[in-house]
Amino acid sequence: MTSLLEVENLSVAFGAMRAVDGVSFKVEQGETLGLVGESGCGKTTIALALMRLLRDAALDGSARLDGADLVAIDEKAMRALRGAKIAMIFQDPGTSLHPMIRVGDQIVEALRAHLDMTKDEARRRAVDLFRKVGIAAPEHRLRAFPHEMSGGMCQRVMIAMAIACSPRLLLADEPTTALDVTVQAQILELLRDVTREAGMSVVLITHDLGVVAGMADRVAVMYAGLIVETAPTETLFAAPLHPYTRGLLRSIPPLDRGWDEPMPTILGSVGSAFGAVGCRFAPRCSLATDACAVAPKLERIAKGHFVSCWNAK
Amino acid sequence: MSDALIEAVGVTRHYKLAKGRTVRALDGVDLTIGRGATMGLVGESGSGKSTLGRTLVGLQAPTSGEVRWEGANTAATEGARLTALRRQRQIVFQDPSGALNPRMTIGDTIVEHLRVQGWSRVEARRQASKALEQSGLSSAYLSSYPHEVSGGQRQRAVIARAISTDPAFIVADEPVSALDVSTRAQIMNLLRDLQRMRGLTMLFISHDLSVVAHMCRDVAVMYLGRIVELAPRAALFNTPLHPYTAALMSAIPVPDPVRERSRARTVLEGEPPDPAAIPSGCRFHTRCPSATDLCRQVDPETRLLGVDHQVACHHPLEHARL
Repeated sequence: MTSLLEVENLSVAFGAMRAVDGVSFKVEQGETLGLVGESGCGKTTIALALMRLLRDAALDGSARLDGADLVAIDEKAMRALRGAKIAMIFQDPGTSLHPMIRVGDQIVEALRAHLDMTKDEARRRAVDLFRKVGIAAPEHRLRAFPHEMSGGMCQRVMIAMAIACSPRLLLADEPTTALDVTVQAQILELLRDVTREAGMSVVLITHDLGVVAGMADRVAVMYAGLIVETAPTETLFAAPLHPYTRGLLRSIPPLDRGWDEPMPTILGSVGSAFGAVGCRFAPRCSLATDACAVAPKLERIAKGHFVSCWNAK
Repeated sequence: MSDALIEAVGVTRHYKLAKGRTVRALDGVDLTIGRGATMGLVGESGSGKSTLGRTLVGLQAPTSGEVRWEGANTAATEGARLTALRRQRQIVFQDPSGALNPRMTIGDTIVEHLRVQGWSRVEARRQASKALEQSGLSSAYLSSYPHEVSGGQRQRAVIARAISTDPAFIVADEPVSALDVSTRAQIMNLLRDLQRMRGLTMLFISHDLSVVAHMCRDVAVMYLGRIVELAPRAALFNTPLHPYTAALMSAIPVPDPVRERSRARTVLEGEPPDPAAIPSGCRFHTRCPSATDLCRQVDPETRLLGVDHQVACHHPLEHARL
């Protein structure tokens, strides 16, 4: 069986800065992959590269989606794939919608760009989609402008647009970060339902390990432009092997403890780890040894569990 | 409480909008924070938590009601006592980049802050480097500009400015929300250490219950301008009485895939109503799973259940006794 998405040795460079420095991963049919890491680690850059939305970046490597290499194909071919096979939802729903066009017209435009539909057909489909993403009174809501809707409602519109043409792969970049927790719970539930129903694969980008725990089948942890560990979700949380993954998991304040103990921390900050020789996490790692002067490769430890650390054996 | 440092008594804060509409950001808040206590304040956006924080430090005057400092109404404080009171109450903001002047060095920012509060230039410089060091930045950072340091270091600078006047009370308004996980833990530890070392009284505002739970002994939950529940941390988390608190906790994703997938969850319907159109009766009744006619008509009073568990609800949740 071949995977839906196979990314191999993908690099993204902005001038001399290699924001993504040779990452490889696969996403199976119907699978949700959680991509986690702190700001600046390259997770959004990967998504934007897969969508080919980076204008001034040099891409290298390959990313095969259903046979087509997203890195190599020309813009015309990419246009045909965007929305139809691969779609993306963004962190801030407020700025991802055109502020001066009614949301209904935006979704109709997207539908007609990809599917051979009349205006009326597209409008009917838009009503169905709005209903599907839980927007009450959809006919009425189609006429709304983004500023007349709440953040949660805008994110529902974004989801409706993203799934409008039934893409095979959905890239969800921090889809609930800008939302309140009670609304976040609603949107996550919605995302889970619509993607599961359609058998859609998802790359869920987030810094929130709690979100990943509930949503992802598998997790890839990024640090300074590299994937440092990947494992099935339960394995990653139960037996993390990379010191960075462990640090991340430990720095979540537990609800049922606290106050008396200080939080365990990861020393320092990412700083200038990009492009460093040797293991990029070594300067912050309590386990670092001389061996870490040589960059470790992502190695298989168990079925589906890969880690790049000399000390994680 | 016998030794209350700061109190809000029936505090309201209204903002007038166009067309005669009014946002009732604070709609009758009573809150007492004892000397040396750490009070957490949670709630969703628009609940009024930042407005309460700003009102408590005196950045905003209440529309009605009183903020009392050591029992005295702060609105009646004048002259030198007002200056002293300003030194006593400080605030740490959410976004450290926005809270620092990008064209001033960190040192100048702190020194200016102190000069306004009456310190001489020489004393202010000494005080600034002391505050920086206590915040985990060497005094070498006095001459750094905000853009030259990391987000975590910027937040340390903002904290240094807040503690530089040797305050007794600090409002920390979402101090770690803009930070990455690993930096967040460092800043939480810093605030915790400073609180203990200096015996600070602290109001810690966050939308993130887990952060608040870690930092504070007592936690207050706000919804649309009112405190709907207030209790010691453990009581609030183990036996929440207000349906909103329970729903809020059930909405937080737990970083444990096994528990996260198996636990029962109440997903609240709808979104927080517009604070310019607060529902009648209990303000939560439009989203409450156990609302009755009573809730639609009568706004519940805050009452004390047990020794120290306050709740404003007609039908508080019942918990099986262990």
